[in-house]
Formats: sequence, C-alpha cells, structure tokens
Amino acid sequence: MSAPVLSVRALRTTFATPRGAVAAVDDVSFDLHQGEVLGLVGESGSGKSITLRSVMRLVPPPGRVTGEVIWQGRDLLTLDPPALRRVRGGEIAMIFQEPMTALNPVLPVGLQITENLQAHTGLTAAQRQRRAVELFDLVGIPGAARRLGDYPHQFSGGMRQRVMIAIALASNPRLLLADEPTTALDVTIQDQILKLILDLRRDLGMSVIFVTHDLGVVAATCDRIAVMYAGRLIETGSVAGVFARPAHAYTRGLLGSVPRAGAERAPLLSIEGTPPALADIPPGCAFAPRCALAEPACHAARPALALVGDGHHSACLRAADVLAQGGLLP
Amino acid sequence: MSLLPYLLRRLAQLVPTLLFIAVVVFLLVRLLPGDPASAMLGDRARDADVARINHDLGLDKPLAIQFLYFLKAVATGDLGTSITLKLPVTTLIAQRVPVTLLLTAMSAVIAVVLALPLAFLSALRRGKEADVVIRGVFQVGLSMPVFYLGLVLLTVFGARLGWFPVGGYGTGLADHLYHLFLPALTLALSLSAVLMRNLRAAIIAVVGAEYVDFARAKGLRARTVMLRHVLRNALISTVTLFGLSVGTLLGGAVVTETVFAIPGAGRLMIDSIYGRDYPVVQGMTLALAVLVSVTFLLTDILQASLDPRVKR
Amino acid sequence: MSARARVRPALPATLVLGLLLLAVNLALALAPGLIAPYDPNAFDYNALGQAPSLAHPFGTDNFGRDVLSRVIHAYTVDMQIAVFATIGPFLAGTLIGALVGYAGGLAETVLGRIVDAVITFPFLVLVIAIVAVLGPGLSNMYIAVGIVDWVFYARLIAAEMKVQQRLDYADAGRAMGYSPARIIFRHLLPNAITPALVYWMTDMALAILLGSSLGYLGLGAQPPTPEWGVQIADGKNFMTTAWWMSVFPGIAIVLTGLGFSLTGDGLAELLRVKK
Repeated sequence: MSAPVLSVRALRTTFATPRGAVAAVDDVSFDLHQGEVLGLVGESGSGKSITLRSVMRLVPPPGRVTGEVIWQGRDLLTLDPPALRRVRGGEIAMIFQEPMTALNPVLPVGLQITENLQAHTGLTAAQRQRRAVELFDLVGIPGAARRLGDYPHQFSGGMRQRVMIAIALASNPRLLLADEPTTALDVTIQDQILKLILDLRRDLGMSVIFVTHDLGVVAATCDRIAVMYAGRLIETGSVAGVFARPAHAYTRGLLGSVPRAGAERAPLLSIEGTPPALADIPPGCAFAPRCALAEPACHAARPALALVGDGHHSACLRAADVLAQGGLLP
Repeated sequence: MSLLPYLLRRLAQLVPTLLFIAVVVFLLVRLLPGDPASAMLGDRARDADVARINHDLGLDKPLAIQFLYFLKAVATGDLGTSITLKLPVTTLIAQRVPVTLLLTAMSAVIAVVLALPLAFLSALRRGKEADVVIRGVFQVGLSMPVFYLGLVLLTVFGARLGWFPVGGYGTGLADHLYHLFLPALTLALSLSAVLMRNLRAAIIAVVGAEYVDFARAKGLRARTVMLRHVLRNALISTVTLFGLSVGTLLGGAVVTETVFAIPGAGRLMIDSIYGRDYPVVQGMTLALAVLVSVTFLLTDILQASLDPRVKR
Repeated sequence: MSARARVRPALPATLVLGLLLLAVNLALALAPGLIAPYDPNAFDYNALGQAPSLAHPFGTDNFGRDVLSRVIHAYTVDMQIAVFATIGPFLAGTLIGALVGYAGGLAETVLGRIVDAVITFPFLVLVIAIVAVLGPGLSNMYIAVGIVDWVFYARLIAAEMKVQQRLDYADAGRAMGYSPARIIFRHLLPNAITPALVYWMTDMALAILLGSSLGYLGLGAQPPTPEWGVQIADGKNFMTTAWWMSVFPGIAIVLTGLGFSLTGDGLAELLRVKK
C-alpha cells in the first residue's frame, strides 16, 4: 500500500477548566490513504468532532492541541499562519453538520464560494463567477447561475448542504473532513448527499474523513472505520472486517444497537449506562464501568490498541472473547 | 432583491408617526396653566395684548379647530414667529438645526470610531487586562453626565491647555469642525459606551458561530474573517441600537450646546424656555422629533441592507 | 417561595460593588446631617472659594459654603430624584404591561404603537419641553418623566408575560379555575418582573443624569437647594480658579450612577445564571 496522505500521531486536545485540564481527545493516531473514506464513529461527546477540528486547527478556545498531524510531509500543528491558510480550504476542506449555522446568513452564497477561490486560485473575478456556477452544477443545484445571489435562508435544507459542499470543494481539496454532514437532513435527502460525496470522491480523487454516529452511514459509505470512546480510539479496521467481527466490547454493543431490517433473529443489544464525563475518566478502560465482559484487569490499566487481525486493531483486553462471539451481520 | 418596496412601506409608516409628533407638539403649548398669552406676557400684561396674541396664535378657537389650523400651518411651513427674536420659526430652524445636525453627526462618527476597534479588542481579549480596562472606562463614561464631562474637557483642553476654543462655532466648515471637536467628543462618550457594550457582546456571540469556523476552514485571512464574517453579523443589532440612540444623542446635544455656547437648536430651545418664547420651543421640538424619525428610517434601511433575512 | 430563590450561587462582583456603593449612598441620603460637617447653606464670608483643606476637605464655594457638606446633603435630593422619577413609571408600567401581556391581541398592538411613537421623541428634549411649559422644578420633572417612561416598563413586562404564559404552570392555574387576576398577579407577574427590576436600576441612574442635567440648565432643583447639577452649574464659571466647586459634585454623580448600573448588571448576571 502507498504512503498515507494524512498521518495523525498521538493527537491530544485539552481544554482548561476551573478544575484542571480536560482531554477531549487523547492519544489518537491513525492514517488515511489516497482516495480512502474513513468513518470516525462514536457517541456525542466521544471526541470525534474535536479530532476533526484539531486536524484543521479549528478547536475553539481555550482548547490546546498537541501531537502531530502530518499532511504531505508537513506537520499542520506547527505550520505558520500563511502556510496553514493555504492548506485550509485549498488542500483540506471541511463541511459541517448544520448548513444553516455553517453558512454566513448575511452574505450571498456566491460570495461565500468565490472568496474561497480568491484565497486559493489566481482566477479573475469573472472566472471565479464561472467556476462558482460550475460548482453549483456539480453538486446538483438547479438554476445555478440564478442562485448565486441568493442568501442561505432562501435554500431548502438539502440544497443548503449542497451549497456548503460546493463551497468546500471550490478549490479542489484533496481531503474532505465531513462532520456529520447528513445528520440534520431527512432520510431521502441524506442518501442523495452521501451519494454526492462518494461521487465527488471518485471523480476528484479525494480522501474523506466522515464523522458520524450513524453506523448505517458508515456501512454504506466508508472503507475503514475508527471507533472513538471517551476521547480515545478503541477500534480501527476495514468496515467489512469490523462489522463482521468486532473486537471491542463497545463496538459490538454499538453494532448491536443498530436496528436492522431483515435481521430479526439477531439480538438487539443496548449499552447500559452513559459515557463517563471527560473530567473524570476512570483509570482503566473507559468503557469498563458499562461493560458486561469487564474483569478486574480492565479497571486497572488502560489497554493500548493492539493488532487483532488484518489491519484490524482493538484496545480491549477481552478482544479474543469479543471476536469469538462473532458479528451481528448475517 | 430590491429594497424599493420595503422603502415605500417604511415611508408610509412614517406618516402616523409624524401625525403623532404633531399632536404632541400641538398639545405641548396647550398644557400651559392659564392661557399662553398671559404666561408669555407676564402678570402686568394688558388685556388687549393678551387678546391680540391669543388671536394671533389662534388660541381663541376650539381645540380640534386649533389643531387643524396648526396642521395646515405646519404643512405650509408656517411654524409661527419667535416672540423674542421676531423671526419666523422656520427661519430659525433653518439657521440652527444644521448646527445641531453637524454636532450630532460628528459625535456619532467619533462614537463609532471609538467603539468599533475597542469592541473588537475587548471581545477578542475577553477577561484579559485590556478588556477589563476598556469596559471599566466605558462604565464610568456611561455614568458621567454630558454637561459635567463637557465642563471638564472645556477647562482642561480649552482653558488650560488652549488646544481648542472655549466655545462658539467659528466661521467656515474647517473652523466649525475645529470648534465642534470637544463638544462632539463630549457627546460621543456615552453613545460610544453603549455601542461598545452591545458590539462586544455581539462579537463574542458571532465569533463562536460555526460559519466563522467555516470561513476559517476556507483558508481566509484573519482580517477577512473578522471584517466580512464577524463584523457584518455583529453590526446588525448594533445598527438598530445606534438608530434608537440618536434621540438620546440629540437630547445630549441640547445640553452640550449650552455648555459650549454653540448656536444650535438646543441652545436656542433653552434660551427660548427662559424667554417664554413658546412658538420656538414648539418648533424646535417638532424639528428634532422629525429628525429622529427620519434617522430611524435611515437606520432601518441600513439594517435591512445588512441583513437579508429582514422581511422586505 | 420558588426553588430558584433557595439556590445561592456566588454573587457577581459587579453586584457586590454596586450594592456597596448604593448602601453608602443610602446612608448619606437618609442622614446627611449626621455626616456633613457644616450647614450646606451657611455662608462664610471669611472662607470664600477656599481650596480643599483639613477644615474643608472639598474646599468652599464662592459664598464660603462647605462643598463637602453640600455634596452630602445633595444625596438626599438626588437619590430622591432617582426614586421619585422612576417609581411611578415602574409601578404603572408593570401594571399596564402585565394586563396587556395577559390580554395580548389588540391591546398589545396598541402598546406597540405607543412605544414606537414615544421612542421617536428625543427623551431629554421632550422632558425639557414639558418642563418648559409646566415651569422649572423637580415635581414638574417627575410629571414629564412619568408621561414617557412607563412605556419602557410596560414593553418589558408585556414581552416577559407572554413568555411566562406559554409555560405549563399558567395552564395549570387556569385548569384549577383561578381568576385571571390571581393568575396574573400571583403566578405570572412574580416570574415576569425580573427584566423590569434590572431596567429599574438603569433607569434610576438615567434619572439622576436627567435630574442633574435639568438642575444644571436651571430647570430642575432650584438654588440654593444643594443638588449636584445645580452645584456644577454654580461652579462652572470658576473652573479655572476653583475647580473643586464643580469637580466633587460630578464625582458624586458618577459614583451614584455606577452604583445603580453595576447593581443592574450584577442583578442581570445573577438572574441569568439562576435561569
């Protein structure tokens, strides 16, 4: 396999609170390859969105990010502001969950595209305008030329998400960071947007990191999956491998809680309890207090990610037992 | 999208407002205990004079008829004649209101010029020393009466240091601006404090918005993010507040003009009160109220052009 | 007593400082005679325009009156202005706002129009005009302020009443068959009144600014009443020779204004935190 386009190493993002620093993301490492779609999965508060923002250095203050984010041989975390600006939007683009809040309400959408082009290309104003129309066509907004002067509130939810994707893709980025881009949408619109992102990935040769809590979305769109719990990665692997044979008790529970048509005999597992607050994560495995398989060792020390199969890693002391239970898919 | 229909509708809304102003200004003089003519002429007035003035002012007719006369007179630009200056009130308005207008406009500019950068500094250094100092100074500024601040500035920068004239209006525009600088600064401080507080809060709210992150994620310069994305959104509520503050500013101008001996509408109004020159009081009140409602209109239009979500 | 009142979060620093300033104000306003070293109106022709000294910490004015004593006695007048000018509008506006907010519909539209119209007048200009007609003096100022000021309270209360009405407990009250009066005044109003209370603090600061401005213009308190605006006007021609005549009353105005506005800010912060 070729060298990864993005290598995240020992990423740690902390927020200062009156009661000391709290790590929202702790010791997260992963690789992403050319053209690959990685699904970053977890419950809300697991640190998946903060991981994405940390890569872009968009963590809200007073957040502090340490570790390495190696993109094209450069560490984004130590890049000077002009170089960082060239990467942002130009090489790596980001889209958000709620286009209504991610689009500036008082600027016409056309300007919100062309300002991206202005920052990253040498196009003239007229060329930028033409490119904006192309982009609207590309993402499937009808009447592209007419709609550039419109404001975000004049679009429907699905169209607004297309607008945001068009803006993000304006300068041909090579990596798209998508933070729950379909969560706010109706199911039918969701499918359209997912298909759009996959088509664009294929046509433009992008890599994608897809943050979601929806395993159905991961199954439908991603090549690889990385599961987060309480700020840490607890399992990574190919989507097929992890879905067929989860190797972490939490992942198995998560998979079990997805209701699935045509699988009525599989038991619908649910995970008891709630994730720990980031301010007091237990010393051992963070999932242990909720885990049916937990043994004393699980509470003692935090397990590291270990290889459990072909490109399949898990941070679970009971990985062998979980694997033995098999997956839930037929 | 065109602003024209919005503009027309907003202009139509101005009509009842102006009518209300007319009613209040009309009733103002009728509030006088006894009849205005005796009040104006004093205790030793001769009956014939009282009757003549009452007749001249149309005060011997029923109230509703008087109001119609008043409306007709106002509509034809006749606001009566100053009793002490023996000049038509409209002439006085034409002479004096521009002075007040220049003073308030200048202080509005100073207030904005002070408030904008300081609000940014304060919001972006939230909780740091700069923020605490800026907010502290403006908090004191809000509690300081205009006449007192004016007196202190006048004494220090006018009388003691001699940097500025100790009052008056001068001749020629440059000289006017020079004479009006201290008074405009005086008048600007409290407005600036109000605007700064509001803008600071708005900037803090907007900076945390997702569209600002999205703008940063596009690789825009920090300055572009601040000016195009943050400031524009933060200004919307501040523009409305600015419009609402113009009335306060004009009220302050009345006092400031008195402190700095500036021959504006406010100064004339106070002098007329001392001289019991009611047609002038009435005319000036009318002129200033109309000025405020026109300013409301202008700020509404500005706000509508800043915020596409406003129903047009 | 609602559950809210029993929760006791740390008091905001602004509130503590504001209340402290107001407490000092109140003490000076209620018992100026106990604290002031001299009679505020006693002329002393042997001590005309003296600079601050041990005998006269704030100096003396052009009639030899002790500036400190006049500043202290003015607390009674100016605090009285703060309360008298605003209490009427506060009560009337709250009552009208509560009824309008409960009734909604046409009453609300009418109130909205009145508010629109009132804000069109430069407040100070209107008050000056009314005082001009009624004649100078504090009681006419109260009337002038009262004519205008109630609308701001009414608007605040009406808006908050609407919010409260949508909450469940209002429906519960109706379901129990309580009279509208009981629902309005026992149930809704106590919960809707906080924004008006916060505004009252600001309004009292504004009233002092207004009262002293009128005093300065000769339209408010009349000499020789010790009032800060009047005192500043008395000293304005002596700014270069006897600055203390005007400067100290001005400081008193600023500190009093700060007391009210800090209390208002702190109150707003406290109540927002509780919510």
